[in-house]
Amino acid sequence: MTEEVAASFDYQIEKDDFKIAGSASSHIKKILKQLGLPNPLIRRASIIAYELEINLVIHTLGGSMRLEVHPDRVVILTEDIGPGIEDVDQAMTEGYSTANDTAREMGFGAGMGLPNIRRCSDEFSIRSTLGEGTWIRSEIHVG
Amino acid sequence: MKLREVKEILDAECLTDEACLDHEVEHAFGSDLMSDVLAFVDENTLLLTGLVNPQVIRTAEMMDIKQIVFVRGKRPADGTVRLAKANGIALLSTREILFTACGKLYEKGLRGVSIL
Repeated sequence: MTEEVAASFDYQIEKDDFKIAGSASSHIKKILKQLGLPNPLIRRASIIAYELEINLVIHTLGGSMRLEVHPDRVVILTEDIGPGIEDVDQAMTEGYSTANDTAREMGFGAGMGLPNIRRCSDEFSIRSTLGEGTWIRSEIHVG
Repeated sequence: MKLREVKEILDAECLTDEACLDHEVEHAFGSDLMSDVLAFVDENTLLLTGLVNPQVIRTAEMMDIKQIVFVRGKRPADGTVRLAKANGIALLSTREILFTACGKLYEKGLRGVSIL
């Protein structure tokens, strides 16, 4: 696996900012299109990016998202500043959600986010420490 | 089914460029839950929803959904309509409730997204 990075982009995501939530994912989708990647890959990456971005808005105190485009893979990473997930296995279960009323009014909080990210990824990993934050890495293979 | 037919069947108002009415719709998905739209929808799908916030447009953009019908007479704010236009997404608004709107389209031959 090559370590060459063709391109990387970083985004700051604010807590509770529903008005512009999705703009980072929108940018990611446009970049992947410009790079001429196949449509099914762009679609999976867009879903992953958007679910991750919405998670940062809904569930965290804020954080960052990073897109890395390598010749053989696309990687999307997020890291937040807390509060961390108490039970990661439970958070990965379809239908389990801790979203508040505001998130639900916006159409989210069905407990589908993390399972959907894992489903769209070729490789997926999550680490979380309560009181510190959560780190998520999603990778899609190119070709 | 052309979006133009959807507009006629639902007696809907077009909130974006009328040129969008030539869009071809392959199947439909009715939901107020964007989480489920992100998990289940294919491209070329018509989304029917009662939610009108900007995240509906963002969800559609991510899923390559090019047409949305707002039910129960809902209309999004101007900024949300602009976001849709910028992304080439057609918006219709009908006074029908979600159940009736879906039923009328089904009766005319449009089918739901298969998730089975």
